[in-house]
Amino acid sequence: MGAIEKQRNILDFTLSSLGRRKGKNIALVVVYTFVIFLLASVLFFTHSLKKEAFLILQDAPEMTVQRLLAGRQDLIPTHYIDTIRQIRGVQSVAPRLWGYYYDAMSGANYTLMVNAELNDRAGEIIIGNGVSMRSMSGKRNQALRRNDIIPFKTYDGSVLTLKVRGLLPFASELVTADLILVSEADFRKLFSIANDQATDLVLNVRNAKELSTIAAKITQIHPDTRPILREEILRTYDAVFDWRGGVIFMVLSGVFFAFIILAWDKATGLSAEEKREIGILKAIGWETSDILLMKFWEGSAVSMAAFFMGIFLAYLHIFLASSILFEPVLKGWSVLYPSFRLTPYISVYHIATLFFLTVIPYTVVTIVPSWRSATIDPDSVMRM
Amino acid sequence: MLERKSDLFFSALVAGALLICLMFMDAAISQRLDREFVQERREVVRVLTLTDLCLFTEARYTRHPSMADLHTPFQDHPMSFDHFPSGAIMAVPPHLKRKAGTLQRWISDPRERQ
Repeated sequence: MGAIEKQRNILDFTLSSLGRRKGKNIALVVVYTFVIFLLASVLFFTHSLKKEAFLILQDAPEMTVQRLLAGRQDLIPTHYIDTIRQIRGVQSVAPRLWGYYYDAMSGANYTLMVNAELNDRAGEIIIGNGVSMRSMSGKRNQALRRNDIIPFKTYDGSVLTLKVRGLLPFASELVTADLILVSEADFRKLFSIANDQATDLVLNVRNAKELSTIAAKITQIHPDTRPILREEILRTYDAVFDWRGGVIFMVLSGVFFAFIILAWDKATGLSAEEKREIGILKAIGWETSDILLMKFWEGSAVSMAAFFMGIFLAYLHIFLASSILFEPVLKGWSVLYPSFRLTPYISVYHIATLFFLTVIPYTVVTIVPSWRSATIDPDSVMRM
Repeated sequence: MLERKSDLFFSALVAGALLICLMFMDAAISQRLDREFVQERREVVRVLTLTDLCLFTEARYTRHPSMADLHTPFQDHPMSFDHFPSGAIMAVPPHLKRKAGTLQRWISDPRERQ
């Protein structure tokens, strides 16, 4: 009998043996699949989001300069522009005006931002897709359209009505869902901001290598400012969704260790029936190595089935079902949430990590206790 | 055709491996098809000088994490806990963890930027 034929015979026997404890093994595969599904979903989601952020934010401002006052971001005087512009290497400095507006009607927070193209069209706004879906009554099924009116309560107590001139492209929802573009005059009127102040400044430099030197010069000239480089923005998204840190990892660790306990309990506490089976096999001439092979195939069959199903279901969940299970967690208390479909970015590294974190440990914990049973006298095992 | 259970097992293994290959193929095709949308988003970011993704709109430090300062999650009181759910999901942006006065070192030493 060839080596391959021997393995196949053992595998045939193993699968029949698994079939005899159908209920228990199906329950195990379901739990195992769910754990892998959760782990893979988090990996796929965070990796794709990081990749998407990296690609999209490549064209974010090279440097943003904020003013800090008593530990908080404060409005920056526009005369800072003149001094910053004089720094060697600075190509352009522009003020940005943006802020948040809480809409009491719908309970949503909007991001209002000045767009220069609207400056000669005061009274008009361009809105993001998420804002358009949020009507005045707060029901999502009444979308705002062009020429609709949105009333805003200004910071001096009066009401400012602005007309929707257009909608931002649907494809950009991941960055513009809550965005409302307004003219500078309307923005200053709404928030009662003086003409000589801006939210922050954005800079372009001639040579990207000089960015950090220019940042240092800015903090020397204006010690109350904080420059934020594009590199830092990109690294922010690399760090904030790092699956190896934060609450996501803590929750998943809990699930994973619960599974380890389940697998360990199943594997160490061989049932009387399983022990008798091992005893009979040894009595009819099976060697210890054959029994270990049988247990290896048993562990492999269960874990490989769960691995493939878990990974595939996670892929469907994240990239076809728009991470529907994660939505309540990601939404939190947000009223506005972008409805976006992530572009699938998966890597061999992640699949391999999942394989070594799940399949290998389970297969090992299945073999070890069987080795203990397989090495004792068959007669005593059968008498147990 | 599949007379033995081991045949069924190996067929299932091959099917599983094929499924993973199909996932990679689907991902590659989707990336190519979405290239245009990514470009469009990039253009919006460039024109509107945006700095962050719109993922969490509940709190300003999670709406614009890269623009936030260290104190905003504790804006109500220095000892108060961060009470927005999204604050629990996200880690702190790395540049906020940089100690005060280390900018010069960060500039001069490339290892500081890793």
